[in-house]
Amino acid sequence: MTIKCQKIVGGHAVGDAIVTREPINFLTMVDSATGKISYQNHELFGRSMKGSVLVFPKAVGSSVGAYTIYSMKAASTAPVAIVCTEQADIITASGCAISNIPMVKITNGFAQVSFESELKLSIDSTNGVIVIMRNK
Amino acid sequence: MDLTRREEQLLNGAEGDAISSAYRILAAVGEATNASKLVPIEWAHISGVNYNTIGEAGRRFLEEFCRDARVRVKTTINPMGFDRDNTSSIPQDFINKQMSIINSYKSIGVKDSFTCTPYEAYHLPKAGSFVSLAETNAAVFANSMLGLLTNKESALSALAAAVTGKAPLSELRINQLRTPKHTIIPSFEMDNELSYGLLGYFAGKEIKASSVGINGVKIRGIHEAKALSAGIGTMGDLGMFILSSKSKGEAISFGKSEAKSTRDELNSAERGDIILFGSPQLGLPELKLLAKDTEGKKFTKPCLIFCARQIHNQAKSIGLVDRLERTGAKFMCDCCICLTPLVTKQNADSVVTNSVKGAYYMKNANKLNVALQDSKSITKEYMT
Repeated sequence: MTIKCQKIVGGHAVGDAIVTREPINFLTMVDSATGKISYQNHELFGRSMKGSVLVFPKAVGSSVGAYTIYSMKAASTAPVAIVCTEQADIITASGCAISNIPMVKITNGFAQVSFESELKLSIDSTNGVIVIMRNK
Repeated sequence: MDLTRREEQLLNGAEGDAISSAYRILAAVGEATNASKLVPIEWAHISGVNYNTIGEAGRRFLEEFCRDARVRVKTTINPMGFDRDNTSSIPQDFINKQMSIINSYKSIGVKDSFTCTPYEAYHLPKAGSFVSLAETNAAVFANSMLGLLTNKESALSALAAAVTGKAPLSELRINQLRTPKHTIIPSFEMDNELSYGLLGYFAGKEIKASSVGINGVKIRGIHEAKALSAGIGTMGDLGMFILSSKSKGEAISFGKSEAKSTRDELNSAERGDIILFGSPQLGLPELKLLAKDTEGKKFTKPCLIFCARQIHNQAKSIGLVDRLERTGAKFMCDCCICLTPLVTKQNADSVVTNSVKGAYYMKNANKLNVALQDSKSITKEYMT
């Protein structure tokens, strides 16, 4: 199954999805050394974004969160692609642009797809297409 | 977003890697915010200065980036990790790393402002001007109180704006998009700066929009505007508030129970071991208020006052610094409460502050317990 998406930062990547309905403040909620969510009250607490496709609503909070995304990339703990389901925010867009992480916003089709199951996603940002490769 | 032919050339490396990276950032932010084009800006304010926040990867990035870039507009920067005149308790390695970041920024021509309140320490451009401000409290304050036009930029998008002199024409840079679709209506008397901070934090978390109306609230002093702006900017999308006497759009009540649950989210201690004032950094009016409330008394716990060096110098010249230091309080310039390496688990279990933003960062970044109280109750409880 494929979903159309809006390209924010171009590129192509494949990975298992890590999905949340909660926004992320990258500066205060993420340990860039491991790529794990370190904020106890986040539903992804303890989970690692490393090598995954992060599917989340948007980033919130500190403007310095853009550097956290870059720090994850430098430490090889970053997601391979990021999908924003609510808003393509400035923190994530600028962080992904400088880190060469493909980033898209889902503009339609989201309602038909349950992202709750374990998914493997192929993000082709340049062509604006997400392919669901496996629904475990 | 449409780029001009020249902008395309710069994106493709006509003036080197740094400018190319800057245009890549602007292009991504332009796509993200549905901008039609880039417009010239007249001021940039960059965050991402404290080594504690951007780390080694950020330090190295700036070292490389700043080699072949130069700011195109007046550019101020956020606080760093410590006070340049008071480094005795700071590890040498941290000092070296921090100074490397400072040197990178200085080499591209930024002002060594180290403030999160550039609107108090500098003359900003006139109302209606496009600017690019990354510090969240400054962006909200500039949009709401000064009539400047900025989105709530990231550290990197403001850096990109500084070295290109441009920013995407989108969201809060477009007058029609500054009209709020929600109005917050407080149902109790907002009688201190803490209630303004709590209202702001509540609004930021609740409202998924870039602008909010606030009904029936008066701002009697800049300290209340700063507390509100900082609270709004701490979390969420909001980059602007408009005070109004009429309620437009969806009405949202902010009653005593909302204020209490907002405070309960950030308040985790009954008392603090260290008193912290200054997130955002204090300005002259706030220092004067504090001096009045503390006259002739002494703090019973260590008290740190964070302010910009320019403000400290002005306060010194009119005797305010001496008055406040007689209470036992200590001034900290160049740095701020948020992610300071000065207040950690090694020297305190808990802090007391009147700042909602300060409380958020002390709790979630520095992992300390926080007692959140208004300034008057702090000076009553923690002084003899």
